[in-house]
Amino acid sequence: MNGVHDMGGMDGFGKVEPEPNEPMFHTEWEARVLAMTRAMGAAGAFNIDASRFFRETLPPDVYLSSSYYKKWLLGLQDLLVDKGFVTADDVAAGHAVKPAKPLKRGKFTTDDVERVMVRGKFGRAATRSAKFKPGDRVRAKNIHPTTHTRLPRYARGHVGVIERDHGCHVFPDSAAVDSGENPQWLYTVVFDAAELWGADADPTLKISIDAFEPYLDPA
Amino acid sequence: MSSHDHDHHHGDHDDHSELSETELRVRALETILTEKGYVDPAALDAIIQAYETRIGPHNGAQVVAKAWTDPAFKQALLEDATKAVSALGHVSRVGDHLVAVENTPKRHNMVVCTLCSCYPWEMLGLPPVWYKAAPYRSRAVKDPRGVLADFGVSLPKETEIRVWDSTAETRFLVLPMRPEGTAGFSEAQLAELVTRDSMIGTGFPKAPGAPS
Repeated sequence: MNGVHDMGGMDGFGKVEPEPNEPMFHTEWEARVLAMTRAMGAAGAFNIDASRFFRETLPPDVYLSSSYYKKWLLGLQDLLVDKGFVTADDVAAGHAVKPAKPLKRGKFTTDDVERVMVRGKFGRAATRSAKFKPGDRVRAKNIHPTTHTRLPRYARGHVGVIERDHGCHVFPDSAAVDSGENPQWLYTVVFDAAELWGADADPTLKISIDAFEPYLDPA
Repeated sequence: MSSHDHDHHHGDHDDHSELSETELRVRALETILTEKGYVDPAALDAIIQAYETRIGPHNGAQVVAKAWTDPAFKQALLEDATKAVSALGHVSRVGDHLVAVENTPKRHNMVVCTLCSCYPWEMLGLPPVWYKAAPYRSRAVKDPRGVLADFGVSLPKETEIRVWDSTAETRFLVLPMRPEGTAGFSEAQLAELVTRDSMIGTGFPKAPGAPS
């Protein structure tokens, strides 16, 4: 979706402000939100792509004015309501007032903690051969899906070169909307800055994205 | 409002009432998830403790220091970082798709996630606020030299800059250049010089003998 989360190349957000000796969490609730999100994901309530999609669908003004973990909280709550694990009545009451819905992998307990400390695997066996190889010129498609996609707007319509082939991976555009993993070939595609940002761009700059095969046409 | 309000530690950008309302919402959601039998609160405590104690830039620093001292490891790291890092054993497991990219006198690498906040947690810990915020996400792909200036960092004008936008589940670790004046340093001494930002590409390693 063409949301405000797709920020590459936007102007006006000001300077980057690193915080010296930044703590891991600024408040205790941030840590609880992170832990709840990881636990419910690991228990099978949703996948990582759906969790990203539900943050992206927050209203633009909310997205831009909320802290990082506030976005996680709002996205998590919306997602759990959408998937039926929590109801609007539960939220209004601040307690569970409706019955629970079974989780794919059951209750998240201390025995499951190690699972969230290991990064998931997203590579999948190839079911067909790759359309592109390193060195090939490709054009990122000019597509504007209204659901989740990982093709940033700034790359759409532009020509780059395939640099790496990462094999087949879970396709976020499908996984985010419960249409299955639909694995697709994934490539690093490199663009000259002038191709993306015009003649005034930094001549020393190249930018790469990792692009799934359905995002690309031969060029 | 609860009587605990004055006990909270506040983020710089949250005002008091917004934080309190947020905290109440977080507590309510945890109550709901617990009452429905979805999560054991002790497991949430354990997740937080694991993040606070087990992941962080020290993991990435070990990898970088080893690459600086062991050419075979460096080559393996650049060829397949997931495999090379897994073989070390003493750092947390990274799953698939870790990619290490090497800074050279000719080329500087910088990592961003313009769409959200993708970051190599196992190597660097949880990302800092600036990495997840709009100024960095918007400008890194268009004006990386301007972003570097915000960090007090500048590169020679002829240095090629490569920005890696983490748009899939690949994760990128920058292998910075080894600082001058470190001949004979042990891996442990070198690891002390490796900063988080040097592994994102928004900084350089510390010079030997510089204040930490």
